[in-house]
Amino acid sequence: MAKKLSFLNKLALNKELLEGGHRLCPGCGHSIIVRMVLNTAMQEGYQPVMANSTGCLEVCTGLYPYSSWNIPWIHNAFENVAATLSGAESMYKSLSRRGKLNNDKIVFIAFGSDGGTYDIGLQALSGAAERGHRFLYVCDDNEAYQNTGNQRSSATPYGTRTTTSAVGTADPIGKKQKRKDIMEIMAAHEIYTAQASPSYWMDLIKKVKKGLKQNGPAYLNVIQPCTTGWGYDPKDTINLAKLAVDTCIWPLYEIENRRSKVNYKPKNKLPVEEYLKKQKRYAHLFTPKGKEALEKIQQLTDEHWNFLLEREQAGF
Amino acid sequence: MSKRVALSGNEAAAHAIRQINPDVIAAFPITPSTPIPMAVSQFIADGKMTTEFVTVESEHSAISACVGASAAGGRVMTATSANGLALMFEILYIASGMRRPIVAPVVARALSGPLNIHGDFSDVYGVRESGWVELFCQDSQEFYDTIIQSVKLAENESVLTPVMPIADGFDISHTVENWYMEDDEAVQKFIGEYHSKYSLLDTEHPVTFGAWAPPDWYYEHRRSQLEGLLNACDAFKAVDKEFGEKFGRSYGVIEKYHSDDADIVVIGMGAVSGTIKDAVDEMRANGISAGFLRVKLFRPFPYKDIIEALKGAKAIGVFDRCITAGAQTAALCTDIRSAMYGKSNIPIVNYTYGLGGRDTTVSHVKTVIEQLKEAAEGKKIDLINYINLRA
Ligand SMILES: Cc1ncc(C[n+]2csc(CCOP(=O)(O)OP(=O)(O)O)c2C)c(N)n1
Ligand code: SF4
Ligand SMILES: [Mg+2]
Repeated sequence: MAKKLSFLNKLALNKELLEGGHRLCPGCGHSIIVRMVLNTAMQEGYQPVMANSTGCLEVCTGLYPYSSWNIPWIHNAFENVAATLSGAESMYKSLSRRGKLNNDKIVFIAFGSDGGTYDIGLQALSGAAERGHRFLYVCDDNEAYQNTGNQRSSATPYGTRTTTSAVGTADPIGKKQKRKDIMEIMAAHEIYTAQASPSYWMDLIKKVKKGLKQNGPAYLNVIQPCTTGWGYDPKDTINLAKLAVDTCIWPLYEIENRRSKVNYKPKNKLPVEEYLKKQKRYAHLFTPKGKEALEKIQQLTDEHWNFLLEREQAGF
Repeated sequence: MSKRVALSGNEAAAHAIRQINPDVIAAFPITPSTPIPMAVSQFIADGKMTTEFVTVESEHSAISACVGASAAGGRVMTATSANGLALMFEILYIASGMRRPIVAPVVARALSGPLNIHGDFSDVYGVRESGWVELFCQDSQEFYDTIIQSVKLAENESVLTPVMPIADGFDISHTVENWYMEDDEAVQKFIGEYHSKYSLLDTEHPVTFGAWAPPDWYYEHRRSQLEGLLNACDAFKAVDKEFGEKFGRSYGVIEKYHSDDADIVVIGMGAVSGTIKDAVDEMRANGISAGFLRVKLFRPFPYKDIIEALKGAKAIGVFDRCITAGAQTAALCTDIRSAMYGKSNIPIVNYTYGLGGRDTTVSHVKTVIEQLKEAAEGKKIDLINYINLRA
């Protein structure tokens, strides 16, 4: 416990690399995750260089003539954060090789949300991962395109109401498809792939450290509660991030060298309702018409959770 | 010492790139520019260049990686054509808006559909508002020279704007010509070292690249960006002059071929220039006062030089290797007519030619000159005419 606290104290004492005064909603999970990731990098003695895809985080921190960033930071477009950072990392390699730069502390970190990662940015991410650039890609997954007003993405779970998976008299469910399994897609690139939650911060930090140590790409999928899109009280951000893990909707696990490890197995696995009922995006499920969808969410969650446990047990 | 070589336009580009030896290249293959990244890969494998070559999975990622690499403080290049350039469209504006001095040779090709891999300016016309400098070349020698000049132009403090040296697909890229290759050291000396003021890799002085601008700033950004592009006209003249002093070849932003004293002036860009020059020679031999004005710098448009050059003209025919869909005339002709507005009332007629690799011959151009002669004498002709098109 003492060790835990001293690390936390140190983290808290770090110079803020993401300044206050940005325009993210109160309670937004983006800034919490970014600070955990960047402070860990700094604590480890690294000098992070960051690229950000278009989205809430970018828009709320890089509004000319202001910037919230105390580190080198680049925003290019929505779908190309991985390609952009792969260019910067290649320049680093080139200049280092040519003796024009001497700094072995630099690490490259990309931040994208689900839209810029699972959807429009998937090709660039896959390309950069295959090429083997040394970078940590963090997906702040808030399960929709929040910056443009909460439209569905391929990360949006089954049964979610968004502004493009609307719920109405003719449609009581919302999104009909389940989430895209980005973890398996990224793991198929044979890179360090991990899923984390800001509620389990020691686990998240461990994964950041591991990701930054890779001599190549690493992918970190982090649940990022969004107060505005999900519809909950801003004070509950971390509570929700915890409930997502404790219901096994958002398992903490990692895949490395074709072997998976479930990092946390809740002793008391909570029913999915405990997590869903706190969010307006699922309010329609707590009506007679939503009963079936609720059961399906529980079923999908169990199937995935059991798959992870079985696979781990089988040694893969 | 320069040496005379017989190589294609793509090889000319590849050798220029080898000699520039940029810090990073990110590129993706597409006909007719594919031989350029292939040559780069071979040069690197043979130890003839030490560039970091990013073999991206698309042109969108190629230009995106170029922006990231350039922001990281070094010299950056790519090359592409047609659909590849179209795929880059979004990021071309970001590259110029971020004032990244990227040099991207484009081997110009028709845009689909229908799919066609041949010479055409649809791609480079399509991005003419993207804030890049566009320099059209008429042969392999000029493509080689212009690529080298472009590095110096893009990195000029008053310009800091990305540059596209352009050559017609196949007509130049796949045609073997004799041209002079300069010494590696001489090229390196000419372009000099690049020092970027700001870099993503300068962790001591963190810089934010790519902040967004709301309505109370966007307009100012775009206007000040334009200044850099407009400066490219004079800056190119200076680079071109220095290049001429060093290597004995220079081009100007426009080339005047018997146009000063000509009644009939044909205007065009790129590979068709040689054909037009031959036609002018033949017409002159027949006693017709014809001349040719070649536009090399298309963006920024050197309208002052052009107005000055067209002072004595009695009729003008503008060659466009592209359809500017739905406009009164195609892009080059529109620019010429706009430049000449209020200066004279002579006929300025548009000739579409060479789409998707269609041949344009000396006899086609001679017919044009004859038509223009009649127009100068008062005969009405269509505003847009289509050379060598089946009815
Ligand atoms: C090519 C392109 N298409 C669409 C958009 C509009 N757009 C900007 S941000 C965004 C959604 C961002 O979603 P996500 O990546 O999940 O980030 P979030 O805002 O949720 O953090 C969209 C659709 C764009 N900027 N570029
Ligand atoms: S909309 Fe959601 S993701 Fe965007 S700033 Fe607000 S809380 Fe954060
Ligand atoms: Mg999102």
